[in-house]
Amino acid sequence: MSLEVNDLRVHYRTLKGDVRALDGVSFDVADGEIVGLAGESGCGKTTLGKSLIRLDGRMRHVGGTVALDGEELPIGDDRAMNKRRFKDVSIIPQYSMSAMNPTRRIGRMIADLLGSRGIAYRDLKRELVQRLELVGLPEKVLDNYPIELSGGMKQRMVMVISTLLDPSLLIADEVTSALDVSNQKAVAETLVRFRDMGFVKSMIVVTHDLSLVYQIADTIMVMYAGRIVEKASAETIVKAPQHPYTKALISALPEVGLEYGDRKLKSIPGKPPQLLNPPTGCRFRARCPLAGDECAEQPPLVGIDRGHEAACWKLEESNARA
Amino acid sequence: MLELENVWKSYRVGSLGSKRLTAVRDVSFTIAPGEVLSVVGESGSGKTTVGKMVLQLISVTRGTIRLDGRDITAAGKRGLREYYRKVQGVFQDPFSSYNPIFKADRVLEMVRQTYFPRVGRSEWQAKVEESLQSVGLDPGAVLGKYPHQLSGGQLQRMLIARALLLDIEVLVADEIISMLDASTRIDVLNLLGELKERGLAVLFVTHDLSLANYISERVIIMRHGAVVETGATAKVFGDPRHPYSRNLLASVPQLHTKWADNQFHAEELEPDGDRDRPPAPLTKVDENHWAAAAG
Ligand SMILES: Nc1ncnc2c1ncn2[C@@H]1O[C@H](COP(=O)(O)OP(=O)(O)OP(=O)(O)O)[C@@H](O)[C@H]1O
Ligand SMILES: Nc1ncnc2c1ncn2[C@@H]1O[C@H](COP(=O)(O)OP(=O)(O)O)[C@@H](O)[C@H]1O
Ligand code: SF4
Ligand SMILES: [Mg+2]
Ligand SMILES: [Mg+2]
Repeated sequence: MSLEVNDLRVHYRTLKGDVRALDGVSFDVADGEIVGLAGESGCGKTTLGKSLIRLDGRMRHVGGTVALDGEELPIGDDRAMNKRRFKDVSIIPQYSMSAMNPTRRIGRMIADLLGSRGIAYRDLKRELVQRLELVGLPEKVLDNYPIELSGGMKQRMVMVISTLLDPSLLIADEVTSALDVSNQKAVAETLVRFRDMGFVKSMIVVTHDLSLVYQIADTIMVMYAGRIVEKASAETIVKAPQHPYTKALISALPEVGLEYGDRKLKSIPGKPPQLLNPPTGCRFRARCPLAGDECAEQPPLVGIDRGHEAACWKLEESNARA
Repeated sequence: MLELENVWKSYRVGSLGSKRLTAVRDVSFTIAPGEVLSVVGESGSGKTTVGKMVLQLISVTRGTIRLDGRDITAAGKRGLREYYRKVQGVFQDPFSSYNPIFKADRVLEMVRQTYFPRVGRSEWQAKVEESLQSVGLDPGAVLGKYPHQLSGGQLQRMLIARALLLDIEVLVADEIISMLDASTRIDVLNLLGELKERGLAVLFVTHDLSLANYISERVIIMRHGAVVETGATAKVFGDPRHPYSRNLLASVPQLHTKWADNQFHAEELEPDGDRDRPPAPLTKVDENHWAAAAG
C-alpha cells in the first residue's frame, strides 16, 4: 500500500472557530494507482491534498494518521515534512501555472529548487531534458520566462518539475481546469504516462470534472463537506454510483453526443453546508431527496462490494430508485 | 437580429505596435431572437475577440456588424449608449468584471443612473427585485452584499440580472460557466435556456463542447481566427466534416467512453499560415451544415 490515510482531521483556525475542512477522512492508495478526487467547490479537496504536503499557516492537524510506504508521514511537523516534500510526496498546486515566479528563467528556477534539496542541477540536467522532450518541450524553454509559455506548455513544465525526483506520491490539484480540451487531454494523458514510466508511483488527481478524471483514474473518491461519501472504481462511480450525492452529481453533467431537445438536466438544489459549524448527522441531508429520520445520525463509510464504499443509510432505497 | 458580415480584427502587437496579429478572419454569422449560437475552439482561436467586437469594446478592423439592420460600428457615443441598452456582456471571471468595493445594490443602481435617470427609486427597486428573481436569486440574499460574499454562481447570475434590467436583445456570454461547479453550471445554463425562450439572442462563447451541445441549436467552430465549420449543433457535433472539428470532438472527455477505448487517431492539420490571406471558404456539406475545405 503506497498511502494509508486514517481518520484524518485537518481544520482551519479562524476567529469564529474551526472550519472543519477535513473531518474524518480514511482511504488507501495502492502502488501504481491513480485515484481521482471529485466534489463541489469548497468540499475540502485542496485541503486534503495540502495536508499530505504542507499545512499552511492556519491549518491544524487535529487528528488521524497518514502513512506513506509503510512509514508514518509527520504531517503536523513542518520541519520533518520538509525532507519528504518533492522527494517522496510532491504536489502540483491549484493555480500553479500562474504562481510560477515571472522574473526568473525556468532553468534557474529549477536549479534553485534542486539546490534547496542539496542536488546539483548539472547532475539532473540530462534527465530533465529527456523528460521535457517526452512532453513535447524543447530544451530551450529552460531559457524562457514562464510568461513566454502558453497555458498548456506551462502546465506540462510544472508536471515535469514536480516529478523530477521520482516521488512516491503525486498530488495534482485541478491541473487541467484552465485548459482547452486539446490541452486538457494532453496533460491528463501525460499524468498516466508518468505513472506508467515510474516517474511517480501513485497519484491523487483532484478535480471537479468527473468526465475528465474518469478518463485516467483507476479509482474515484467523491467528497462532500469534508468527508468522503463514496469510493469505487472509476467505472462503478460513473456507471453504477450508489450514494445519492454521487448520483445527483453525475446526472447534472451535460454530454456531447446526446441530443437534449427540450430535456433539461437537473441541478442539485441548495448549497453544501458551512464547515464552520457543520450540521450533525449526514451532511448531505438538507439536499438529499431520500433524507429521513435515521439521517440525523452520521452514516459510516461501509464496504458494499469489492473496492466499493459509500456512506449513506439508505443505499438500498437509493438503488431501487436508480 | 445580430449580423456579422466578413468581420476581421488585427491587433497591434510587439514594441510600439510594430507587428500585427490577425486574431479574427472573415467571420460571418447571424443570431436571431430566441436563439443561442455557440462559438467553440481552442484557446487563442479568436472567440473572445469576436465577443468583444460585438460588444464594441474593441474596434472592427474590416467588415460590418449590424443590429436589426443598423450598422453599429458607425454609431457615435450617443448611439453606443442606445446600443448597450440592447446588447450586454457577461464574462469568464465574474470577480474581476465587478468592482470588489461595490455592494450589489450599488452596481444595480448605477444602471439606473446611466440609463434610466427618470425612473423613480421605488419603481426601480421593484424592477431590480423582479430581475433578480427572474435569474433565481432571492433579492434579500444578494442585495447589500459585496462580491466576495457571493458564490461564483450567485455572482454570475447577478451579472446576468444586471444585463436584464436593460431589456436587452442580445447577450454575449464569454466562458461564463467554466469556473462553476457541475451543479451551479446547470442552473446558469438552464437560466440561459429560459431567457432564450423569452426571446433573447445569446452569443455563447466556450471551450467546453458539452456545454455548447446542451444549450445551443447552432454552433461555430473556430481555429486560427477563422470559422472551420458551422451549422446545426447536432449536425456539426454528430457528423463533423473538418479534421479540426473531429480532433476537437475526440478530445472531449466523455462520461461513458474513455479516450483509450476510442479508436481515433488525431488527424494531421494544416499549420497556422499567413493570417492575412482569406481563410478557406465554407461550403455547404449538408442541410444546415457548412465546412471549410481542409488542407
Ligand atoms: N485559509 C482558510 N481559512 C479558513 N477556511 C478555509 C481556508 N482555506 C479553505 N477554507 C475552507 O475549507 C473548506 C475546504 O476548502 P478547499 O480549498 O479544500 O476546497 P476545494 O474542495 O479544494 O474547493 P475548489 O473546488 O473550489 O478548489 C472550504 O469550506 C473553505 O472555505
Ligand atoms: N488586446 C490584445 N492585444 C493583442 N493581441 C490580443 C489581444 N487580445 C487577444 N489577442 C490575441 O488574439 C488571439 C485571439 O485571442 P482571443 O480572442 O482571446 O481567443 P479565445 O477567446 O478564443 O481564447 C490570440 O492570439 C491572442 O493572444
Ligand atoms: S444518509 Fe440519508 S441524507 Fe445522507 S445521503 Fe443517505 S439518505 Fe441522503
Ligand atoms: Mg481546490
Ligand atoms: Mg477567451
